[in-house]
Amino acid sequence: MKLFKQTLAMVVALGLAAVLTACGQDAASRDALAHAKEVNTIVWGVKADTRLFGLMNVKTGKIQGFDVDMARALTKQILGPSAEATLVQVTSDTRVPMLKGGNLDTVIATMTVTPERQKVLDFSDPYFNAGQSLLVKKGSPIKTVADLKAGTKVIGVQGSNSVDNVQKAAPKTTVLQLSDYAQAFTALKSGQGDALTTDNGILYGMSKQDPNYVVVGGTFTKEPYGIAMNKGQTALRLAINQALKELKASGAYTRLVNKWFGDIPGFDAKEVE
Amino acid sequence: MFSIITDHWATLCAGLGYTLMASLIALVGSLVIGTAFALMEISHRKWVRLIGRAYVELIRNIPLLVITMAFFVIVPMFIVKVDGFTAGTIGLTIYTSAFIAETVRAGIESVAVGQMEGARSVGMSYTQAMVHIVFPQAIKIVIPPLGNQFINLVKNSSVLAFVAGFDLMYQAKIIANLTFDTFDTYLAVGVFYLVLTMPLSYLMRYLEKKWVTA
Repeated sequence: MKLFKQTLAMVVALGLAAVLTACGQDAASRDALAHAKEVNTIVWGVKADTRLFGLMNVKTGKIQGFDVDMARALTKQILGPSAEATLVQVTSDTRVPMLKGGNLDTVIATMTVTPERQKVLDFSDPYFNAGQSLLVKKGSPIKTVADLKAGTKVIGVQGSNSVDNVQKAAPKTTVLQLSDYAQAFTALKSGQGDALTTDNGILYGMSKQDPNYVVVGGTFTKEPYGIAMNKGQTALRLAINQALKELKASGAYTRLVNKWFGDIPGFDAKEVE
Repeated sequence: MFSIITDHWATLCAGLGYTLMASLIALVGSLVIGTAFALMEISHRKWVRLIGRAYVELIRNIPLLVITMAFFVIVPMFIVKVDGFTAGTIGLTIYTSAFIAETVRAGIESVAVGQMEGARSVGMSYTQAMVHIVFPQAIKIVIPPLGNQFINLVKNSSVLAFVAGFDLMYQAKIIANLTFDTFDTYLAVGVFYLVLTMPLSYLMRYLEKKWVTA
């Protein structure tokens, strides 16, 4: 009898879980563009832990950054000047599940277009060409990715492809994966690792916040950032690509790039476009 | 779900090993520390009682994640280098010890005062009376709630995932990000946690039956 009850409880739990995922898939498979026009907003997943791209301003409670401004500009470009972007916080860890679960229309969150991701998601044309680099404490013996030998520890962020990239570029190093960039930078500062790796744009933001840490070694990968949406959202993808072209043609895109990255030493606006 | 388990068997087993190790260390550690603080809480000396009380109230009212992050971030900055696994295990031990202290204290206090008085009146010392008379009775009362704490401890060990402690939850996040199959991965990991907690659950029930009815 006891065993029966336990089995029953498990079956009920699994059933409930199945129902919940099924609900999510419904929202994910409807036409996102048509729905966005209806409610006059697009729901964007943006970072809130990444300086320059998407960072929560603790004083105002608002998220600010290049990705956020792009989301706002694209929303107006697609739906018209009265439309406002709806911003939802994501992390590298949560952006794919939230998108697949139907909580978001699209994700603009420093997300590199990769073949693995293209299997489960659709991407717009790249809107920012980043490259992976290393952040170290000033005076660190690590100058390039080749200095990451056995016994060194590199900090990365869960769910970002930079973890795979650094493992390929430096197979002997130990990779520690933390859950967001704020935590990863804190871990680097407290000496849990010798270097922090991710895309240069994000690393520049950290270096700007604390100049005791510097970006070294140039880039060792190419990371084209794309805007992600669920498979089959072709109308939305084409609309975003068209809006992106228009923003680039009107010069609004370059203005946004210069607004966020213009004052960073060694940054070349032409490289990212 | 089964393909997740078969494809990532080695990764999941490695995670299981770290979770098991962290849980065992924290279980023994928190039982020792917790019992020590329980005895302090019922001490005759006021200042000893105060220290015990302060420890329990402070620790049990702070989130586990905060305690763990303190060991992961602040301790390496100023005191000594500890890696994620160590920081997580220490955090888990200290956090759980506060709850165990409360459980053991309640158990000891529920033994009638007359038992202690009787033992003392036949010439036993305080320690002797505790060890031979009060403890054996208290343990019977304490076993079921203690089992709860141990099961919570195993599940709470998932805090290691936040400090790169290589445990089950940490591996689960990595697998979920590789496969993008978040739901199935966490379901599979849930089964792995059951593998750890179910035997523990049955062990506690067995001990309960054996000692409580004896």
